[in-house]
Amino acid sequence: MTIRPPEPRQAEAAAPLAATESDENAWRRHHLLDLDDFSVDELDLVLSTAGAMKEVLSREVPRVPALRGTTIVTLFYENSTRTRASFELAGKVLGADVINVSASGSSVTKGESLIDTVKTLQAVGADVIVMRHNRSGAPYLAARHADCSIVNAGDGLHAHPTQALLDLLTIRNSIGDVRGKRVVIVGDVLHSRVARSNLWSLTALGADVVVCAPPTLLPARLGDAREGDLPPVRVETDLDRAIEGADVVMALRMQFERMQGGFVPGMREYSRLYQVNAKRLARAKPGALVLHPGPMNEGVEISHEVAHGLQSRVEEQVTNGVAVRMAVLWLITRTASRGGRGAAKAAL
Amino acid sequence: MSERIIIRGGHVIDPATSRELDANVLIEDGRITAVEGGIAASGAREVDARGLVVAPGFVDLHTHLRDPGLEYKEDIESGTRAAARGGFTTVCAMPNTEPAMDTRSVVEYVLREAAARASVRVLPIGAVSKGRAGKELAELGDLAAAGCVAFSDDGAPVYDATLMRRALEYAAAFDLPIIDHCEDSSLAHDAVMHEGWVSTRLGLRGAPAAAEDAAVMRDIALAEATGAHVHIAHVSTRGAVDAVRRAKARGLRVTAEVTPHHLTLTDETVAFGALGGGDLLYDTNAKVNPPLRTQDDVDACAAGLADGTIDCVATDHAPHALIEKLCEFDEAAFGISGLETAFGLCMRRVHGGAIPLAALIERMTAGPVRALGLDRHVPGIGTLAVGAPADVVLLDPDLEWVVDPARFASKGTNTPLAGVTLRGAVVCTIAAGRVVHESEVAVG
Amino acid sequence: MRDAAVMSPADIRRAVVRIAHEIVEHNRGTQDLVFVGMLTRGVPLAQRIAAAIAEFEGEQVPVGTLDVGLYRDDLPERGPSVNIQPSDMPDIGGKRVVLCDDVLYTGRTVRAALDALIDYGRPASIQLAVLVDRGHRELPIRADFVGKNIPTSRSDDVQVRLDETDGEEYVRVAAAEEAEALR
Repeated sequence: MTIRPPEPRQAEAAAPLAATESDENAWRRHHLLDLDDFSVDELDLVLSTAGAMKEVLSREVPRVPALRGTTIVTLFYENSTRTRASFELAGKVLGADVINVSASGSSVTKGESLIDTVKTLQAVGADVIVMRHNRSGAPYLAARHADCSIVNAGDGLHAHPTQALLDLLTIRNSIGDVRGKRVVIVGDVLHSRVARSNLWSLTALGADVVVCAPPTLLPARLGDAREGDLPPVRVETDLDRAIEGADVVMALRMQFERMQGGFVPGMREYSRLYQVNAKRLARAKPGALVLHPGPMNEGVEISHEVAHGLQSRVEEQVTNGVAVRMAVLWLITRTASRGGRGAAKAAL
Repeated sequence: MSERIIIRGGHVIDPATSRELDANVLIEDGRITAVEGGIAASGAREVDARGLVVAPGFVDLHTHLRDPGLEYKEDIESGTRAAARGGFTTVCAMPNTEPAMDTRSVVEYVLREAAARASVRVLPIGAVSKGRAGKELAELGDLAAAGCVAFSDDGAPVYDATLMRRALEYAAAFDLPIIDHCEDSSLAHDAVMHEGWVSTRLGLRGAPAAAEDAAVMRDIALAEATGAHVHIAHVSTRGAVDAVRRAKARGLRVTAEVTPHHLTLTDETVAFGALGGGDLLYDTNAKVNPPLRTQDDVDACAAGLADGTIDCVATDHAPHALIEKLCEFDEAAFGISGLETAFGLCMRRVHGGAIPLAALIERMTAGPVRALGLDRHVPGIGTLAVGAPADVVLLDPDLEWVVDPARFASKGTNTPLAGVTLRGAVVCTIAAGRVVHESEVAVG
Repeated sequence: MRDAAVMSPADIRRAVVRIAHEIVEHNRGTQDLVFVGMLTRGVPLAQRIAAAIAEFEGEQVPVGTLDVGLYRDDLPERGPSVNIQPSDMPDIGGKRVVLCDDVLYTGRTVRAALDALIDYGRPASIQLAVLVDRGHRELPIRADFVGKNIPTSRSDDVQVRLDETDGEEYVRVAAAEEAEALR
């Protein structure tokens, strides 16, 4: 039961008004491939929309007809329980029809090419294809050959934009604006598309990002300000030093399945030097948040105690994931509704 | 039979004979019979070369004709037509065909096909090892007798140092070089591009420059140890250029080549395409081995070509079918279809001041001939001397044209240069006294 | 030529008070009443009506907010907005809901609001209070309580401004060309 005091709430009410009238340019993306070119306004829009979606999820009947008549296809070339389920639920809460397609590994040698698959799905009626692929750049190829929207659910080692968005939402919900806050990302950064997308969004919002990993698991030239256009981060190989005064610690999964072997001497050494445990966490700011994209290898990159401790936001990340993906699906389909796909492509 | 041709009014540049002059060129019976000012030559076919440069036909030490076995990518007929359009009157065919050119019979097939269907001269390069598997030496002696001008396992490096040493020693008996694709496979494991900030940006596995440098230095050491001749294929790093320079200074028998794309394009082409722009393209047409590297490496290669450390330009023409490039970057085949854009792309370095035009022409004619000693197989090749084979190319160094792969004679349209404007074009190509290519003005 | 201000601040205040009285009269008291203000300007309207009732009846009526962004199809009067806000709804099961909005036009926004309300629960009844009814209904929807009926042509732009949302207070009708110039 909500009882509202009858005074006007000027500041709060004025904000949505301002947004409604000037949001013509707020979202023009037909695809969501990575966060590397997102403006601060766009990031804010996704997060505030996700906030509204969270409210929908909290209802007794968490369903809205916003995407009724829209067909969403999840095209996953890699197994994933949580991301696929998260997108599927997001689509269904919005009233869309969701179809799940599992495609086998590499395209050309094993049958239908990626482009043919995407075109077929589009012809069948897909308005949005949510794609996870084990090859970096695959969604960019799909986007060049598709009229429907492509949402990147993870491509190779390159990007996982919706994960970074839900990480951002989780951080915001607890500590507010990330500007100037110290965020430490620790683990197998080289093979982590989650880390890479997070670097873009966090640096765009002014966070102080420190990347910590064994030297063999750091991507080439990261942190080297002289070269190219990579996000401006600091690189550290000593976790005890990096975690000092951190506001947020993001632990990455030590990915057995991706490692060709030989990057680190073994799990014992790795966990001794890089595990996020209570003793290390004590060096961070009191109440610092602990995040993990999951699934967690407890005892390896994160201790059981910290994984389930008071500072862990892992469960909230998952909940936020559905809301963020609802927001993304909603925003992506707005461009199509503004005059059809042709107009959307022109607006790109 | 062969017609008489008189090329009039052009500016002749013949680096092999150190001649550069305004002169006419007379061709009779497939040979150059005069290069001088006034030639009467009535009844000869007139070729108007006014405003153009007249040079010896280009010689490419590194072409993949894909024939036998991979004709869906290219064959001897289409590949040599592409060579002609690019101004090349001689191409050396790499042995990574199917079956590989590791026995006399495959070499003879290639030579027969070339005699029947090729627009230009084809010189075979034999495999170093049986099946190019890198384990046992192929019958180098028989291959030499069949007409091979060098040996290589290209596509692949000669990974095993002992095999490379034996190959160098053995081939020396026939006075033929080993051409090595210098790549340390263990360092370059799974790599699809150069390791640098661009590979990080794209999330693609990269090979460090050290993978090439280490292999080049190993081959130089072996050349020194054996006293034999090693030719370094497609140099692409500053480290490799420096190593070759040091080796030459010490008098070792090391020669080297560089591709037009390694002289001009960087790893950013993979990310953003040759036309540039903000969007990530993951351009598979820029996927090549050795990979496109940094601006510093590109500049080092250009400087190396200019100062003679690198003996010649070689295209590494590597045509592929469309389906092999229209896929995820990791899955795409390596290679650029480069015969028809070679001159125009190299001209970027001439117009940019890195190398004079005459020197570039040397690196595309006398240079390659000297590097592999090809005039032992074809006397007079790569020069406009009187009596030499009538292999001539007419060039317009300033003509601008837009690269359109749909017009390529090659079956391979895999070039990152689609839509790019190049300045410098091949206007006419004459091979063995026959006109094998004539372009329309303003059409590449 | 239309009069610049169709409703002055005083007109608005009087309309709000009258509507408040009408609601209480029609519902014979405030029992089980819930106001739902439609974002954006329906919210201050609902709050003012509740404030007026609190003053003359001494009763607090709960006020919720509703964003129908996820329920509507293309609504010409709202434009292709991508912005949605969290709704903040009290329990409406068995209640008498009074939907409040600034302008009633085609009726499509109200239809979307009805869909939304049903998803929140099963109200005993739903009534509609609007500050301005400008005509041109496209659906069989009518307002129970109206501040002012203003006949308009389709090309007119009805502008409602409230202190809480805009910092100024008026209702104005701009003819099409004038509306363009003001943009």
